[in-house]
Amino acid sequence: MTGTGKLIRLILRRDRVVLPLWAVLLGLIPAAYVASFEELFPTEAERVTYAQVSESNAGFVTLYGPLHGSSLGELVAWRAGFLPVLVALCALLTVIRHTRADEEAGRTELIGAAAIGRHAPLAAAFITTCAASLLLGGVLTAAMLGQGMPAEGSMAFGAEMASTGCAFAGVGAITAQLTSSARSARSIAIVALGVAFVLRVGGDVSALGNGALSWLSWLSPIGWVQHLFPYGVNNWWPAGLTLLFTVVAAIAAAVLLARRDFGAGLLPARLGPASASFGSPFALAWRLHRGLLLGWTIGFTLLGLIFGGVGGSVVDLASDNEGLGDIFARLGGSTALVDSYFAGTAGIVGLIAACYAVQATLRLRDEEQAGHAEAVLTTAVSRYTWAGTNLFFALLGPAVVLTAEGLATGLAYPQGDLGAILAGTLVQLPAVWVLAALAVLAFGLIPRLSGVAWAAPALCLLILLVGQTLQLDQWFLDLSPFTHVPHLPGGDASATPLITLTVIAAALTATGLAALHRRNIPD
Amino acid sequence: MIEAIDATGLVKRFGQVPALDGLDLHVATGEVHGFLGPNGAGKTTTIRILLGLMRHNGGTVSLLGGNPWTEATTLHRRLAYVPGDVTLWPALTGGEVIDLLGRLRGGLNARRKAELLERFQLDPRKKGRTYSKGNRQKVALIAALSSDVELLILDEPTSGLDPLMEEVFREVIAEEKRRGDRTVLLSSHILAEVEALCDRLTIIREGRTVETGTLADLRHLTRTTIQAELAGPPDGLATLTGVHDFQLDQHRVRFDVDTDALEPALQKLVQVGVHSLVSQPPSLEELFLRQYQQADR
Repeated sequence: MTGTGKLIRLILRRDRVVLPLWAVLLGLIPAAYVASFEELFPTEAERVTYAQVSESNAGFVTLYGPLHGSSLGELVAWRAGFLPVLVALCALLTVIRHTRADEEAGRTELIGAAAIGRHAPLAAAFITTCAASLLLGGVLTAAMLGQGMPAEGSMAFGAEMASTGCAFAGVGAITAQLTSSARSARSIAIVALGVAFVLRVGGDVSALGNGALSWLSWLSPIGWVQHLFPYGVNNWWPAGLTLLFTVVAAIAAAVLLARRDFGAGLLPARLGPASASFGSPFALAWRLHRGLLLGWTIGFTLLGLIFGGVGGSVVDLASDNEGLGDIFARLGGSTALVDSYFAGTAGIVGLIAACYAVQATLRLRDEEQAGHAEAVLTTAVSRYTWAGTNLFFALLGPAVVLTAEGLATGLAYPQGDLGAILAGTLVQLPAVWVLAALAVLAFGLIPRLSGVAWAAPALCLLILLVGQTLQLDQWFLDLSPFTHVPHLPGGDASATPLITLTVIAAALTATGLAALHRRNIPD
Repeated sequence: MIEAIDATGLVKRFGQVPALDGLDLHVATGEVHGFLGPNGAGKTTTIRILLGLMRHNGGTVSLLGGNPWTEATTLHRRLAYVPGDVTLWPALTGGEVIDLLGRLRGGLNARRKAELLERFQLDPRKKGRTYSKGNRQKVALIAALSSDVELLILDEPTSGLDPLMEEVFREVIAEEKRRGDRTVLLSSHILAEVEALCDRLTIIREGRTVETGTLADLRHLTRTTIQAELAGPPDGLATLTGVHDFQLDQHRVRFDVDTDALEPALQKLVQVGVHSLVSQPPSLEELFLRQYQQADR
């Protein structure tokens, strides 16, 4: 552990912008909800009605988790229920960036040869990320107190986010030991986060209905922290459970680190074929994208099975709950309720598919930075062929995973209309393409800043999460291509927005490719 | 005959920073041409322009008689390139990369590949991420050398190889040279390698060509070091044109002299009377050091 302090200072220097950015910004989001809830629901009675509708809406529970109360604080804490996933994502990416990514790039070797302990880089990354998570919790608590919210609830709310960050710093620390590539470590950690989220959704939505699978939530750290119920029961022990998980994860990571060689993963390297059975740009692109496609297809299939599986609970809810019968009737009865649930999940699924599309598109930039593009482009392969074969998978891969998700949802909800559910998922595709096309544009025009392509899905997520709640202007909501996608099943199936979005995506892609054709490689 | 590489007055700027500032490079078909210069002189930028990866801002350039930017794809069928810093796809084996690059170029000589694998002692079954720098370089070298192409562009190809493998590389290039049907542009810092392989060479500094010609031409530009013990004071020797770094210690003199000024300088010595004389012939090292060091001034 020698030198941990020095390495912490190095991390703080390298991340002096990014680290405070996520710790402070994410901590401030809930405070913004307070004012908007006060404005939307000024009276107690209005809040109670809203809470009653929301706590039994499977789409809402999927996104935000369970709701047990109607006070202003409880509504805000519930509405911030997607925040733990974002905090977890930032935490695990930070840890991997300062452990496996550095090791893969050879920077750790440089540091490891100095008077630095074997565990110091891991300890420094882990401690810094936990500290950032605590800062986030502190900012959140302070901001909520500043809005005049009760003290204990504000502290529990802060603890919810801080403990999530710590727990997934631990997850990142473990996955960083497993493989020799940072990309695989990130993928495994994000899959773990996805599984935690899906387990939480499965358990919570099941609890709405017959509750047979409600124990699923308790398999997930994301599920634990959402049982703190700040401003309600202020249940502290799940935070303790999460911290215990953090400690165990950190110890496990340290043990794994001690058992492996520098630069290596735990999974051994094997010999491969001495000659290639492939030799075309398309075959190369398939080799580069097949792992990604397979992983996302499995993930989307699981997501579909869970979303479809809880569809039954939504129907139970509509028929069981007499108190809400009126509201449901006004909303169009149980069919309309189920339709709106599937349309809502399709929107989430579309946004996740867009993340896959952006990730796959930016593989082009990865290939350029790694020097692989240079190797291919100095053979008889043109830039268009090189980019085109990669984009084939970046644009059609999402079609495959969305189809898998739609089919899985339909199969897990046999009483529904498979065609309608599948259509609801597939109409997301043009919006997904627009975000992928923005990534192509960034890659072509501003290659060094291609990472800004992630701002588009982030903005769409923000619009999905807070757009309605904060009653933002329509022009702002319209910035997200997903705002324009028909809400299926149940809504108007209009082809116009789909064609418009596809044309926009094609134009952006063409512009990006034209810029790529003219610029330096590598840039 | 068309020159394999014909670049005149090449200019390349990155934003405001000039990388190439009127660089000339002429490589005749069939020759092995050394391309030298200190770090940051613009060698890799020049090569990237020749490969159509970057577009030049001024001057003219033609490669194998074509325009390297607009005809990149067709020209690339006729050349193979080994970058200075070879990176391989982590999940592909060395053998897969060799085959892939060969096929993307339009064909690979399987027998030649097998022979080179043997001579470079490379295990083609290992994954890209497990190779050392030297072994990654071997992968790129074997892929380039087993392609049937007219032009090889090699950017510091031996910088990661051990001395044994460097020797193998030298043998292989020497064989290519004897066959005489390939042109090689060899960027290198290893003087023995350049001396052994290159017909002609070009030295660049700060984006400009400072010397170009055969090794004999360049030797001509170098200085001979003379140490002598004389019978009396050598009047007028210190001020003779072409004499440099003149040192006098009683009757001992030590100075460098340009090849052109060798004869008048020796005549001066003989006039005074010579007791002993040591002459060090011009070395390439000295030439390079002199050319490289001027970059710091």
